[in-house]
Amino acid sequence: MQFGVFSVSDITRDPVSGETPSEAERIDAIVQIAEKAEEVGLDVFAIGEHHNPPFFSSAPTTLLAHIAAKTKRLIVSTATTLITTNDPVRIAEEYAMLQHLAKGRMDLMLGRGNTAPVYPWFGQDIRQSLPLALENYNLLHRLWREDVVDWEGKFRTPLQGFTSTPRPLDDVPPFVWHGSIRTPEIAEQAAYYGDGFFANNIFWPKEHYMRLIKFYRQRYAHYGHGTEKQAVVGLGGQAYIAKRSQDAIKEFRPYFNEAPVYGHGPRMEDFMEQTPLSVGSPQEVIDKTLTFREHFGDYQRQMFLMDHAGLPLKTVLNQLDLLGEEVVPVLRKEIESRQDPETAKPPTHALRVTEKYGDQPARQPRPNANRGDNVTGGSPYQDNK
Amino acid sequence: MTTQSRDLGQFQLVVVSAGTSDPSSTRLLADRVSQRVATLGLQKQLTVEIKAIELRELAGEIANALVSNHIGPKLQKAITALQHADGIVASTPVYKAGASGLFTSFFQILDNDLLIAKPVALAATAGTARHALVVDDQMRGLFAYLRTVVVPTSLFAATEDWTDPGLNKRIDRAALELVALMASGFEKQVREESWGRYQHEFGSAGGTELSIDLDSDLMKLAAGGSAN
Repeated sequence: MQFGVFSVSDITRDPVSGETPSEAERIDAIVQIAEKAEEVGLDVFAIGEHHNPPFFSSAPTTLLAHIAAKTKRLIVSTATTLITTNDPVRIAEEYAMLQHLAKGRMDLMLGRGNTAPVYPWFGQDIRQSLPLALENYNLLHRLWREDVVDWEGKFRTPLQGFTSTPRPLDDVPPFVWHGSIRTPEIAEQAAYYGDGFFANNIFWPKEHYMRLIKFYRQRYAHYGHGTEKQAVVGLGGQAYIAKRSQDAIKEFRPYFNEAPVYGHGPRMEDFMEQTPLSVGSPQEVIDKTLTFREHFGDYQRQMFLMDHAGLPLKTVLNQLDLLGEEVVPVLRKEIESRQDPETAKPPTHALRVTEKYGDQPARQPRPNANRGDNVTGGSPYQDNK
Repeated sequence: MTTQSRDLGQFQLVVVSAGTSDPSSTRLLADRVSQRVATLGLQKQLTVEIKAIELRELAGEIANALVSNHIGPKLQKAITALQHADGIVASTPVYKAGASGLFTSFFQILDNDLLIAKPVALAATAGTARHALVVDDQMRGLFAYLRTVVVPTSLFAATEDWTDPGLNKRIDRAALELVALMASGFEKQVREESWGRYQHEFGSAGGTELSIDLDSDLMKLAAGGSAN
């Protein structure tokens, strides 16, 4: 199982110090957070995509390429990449490029985005959000699997003889997670293509997620990708850890009370009791996280939200120390001993290369000389006549 | 969605009151209706079990749900009670020429499918008779949106109505209308025979609406098809 942290990239005033970090400070901080994630033994770092203040992450592949260059093992990912307002052609190009630079240590999570004003900024209509997302992904899926694509849809200019470059690393497309909290169509699309399904799991009632994940597992099996237990599921969660639980509660409360989204709302104790939020000792976080698999089945990736709501960098780095040193090693051991042996392995590039090629060498596309178009003649690549 | 099975002639009546004092005239009005429903029911060999939801006790959770979509445990219990209700008496004080914000907030949180075809009697209280049309002019619209069936007689009690025998008469009327609708099996028939004709969201109707139309245009698009 993979463990990681995901950030929404919010730049929030620290309610304790009263300071709001500058964009420059927060961007520096996120790189340090990602490097720390690797240092403490986590597997994944993921960043969100937003196009309005107070968020900084409008260009995730630039950030992730930088982080990949500064790390050795860490998988870089997104939470989420907007499949609605981004042109799927640009997603195909940018993430394939990231995949090459990261030597395969990347994947991405697609989401629709729920910030209404973003849609018109990119010439889209939120009322069409769902069909737009579904159609865009159908195209993205082909762009990474077919050297030359002819395509026509409802939402985008048609493509004639288009080749998305570079071709995916080893001709193995990046692994895709589809993030959704209530949309069966998104679960269906994830299942149809045999992709991963991610439930952010921040707000319960958990029954919402349980229903959707169950549906995804059934459809994954229906489409012949494996059994229901072999479907690839990721979950979010959030934690604040201290050696003693009363310290955790005391330290985190001012941040909880003013957090974007749920701040000024429920009491922290109620939220802890009724949602996956863990605020407490390492053991308490371990115990709560171990319950997730009982609700959702064995899964492949657990992500934690650790750096939001104005928590200062120093605190976040300290949190990552506790997460990586005291929580995750125990979780790995406990989950390994409890996990159903049928459970799928978490997705990595190496695993996907082996699945595609076995012992054979991976395809390395070499282009033919430029001839201006792909419509006439054969393939633009030398190995495909 | 699933229909709950129960003995014939056993009914759940849920009273929702947005009154704030204890006892409030808003709750008293609702109780008089529900007691009358129970009495009329007995005359027709129908047992009516009454459950009361005091929105005052849910005020914090209602506010949280409105701003953060987070449904607390007390609110969840109220939602479950309404899900299994055969009839509802909904009663609110009038503030500033409208139903209490607590009252409308509560009903705005409910999923759109929860109350489909359920019979409802509406009631309001106020300090002046000038608010008398709030029930018919404002509250009916909300309950039409929720696709409930509201009884013809609306109840309204200003201060002077509490000493007017006319109020009792209207309570009797509304109660009988509610009993007649509950006993008619209207909700059951609509849900059993016509549920699919209403627009639904996955997981609505208190988490029981789980049917997914795999042949819809969007589902075909999800499985690699093209958009229309």
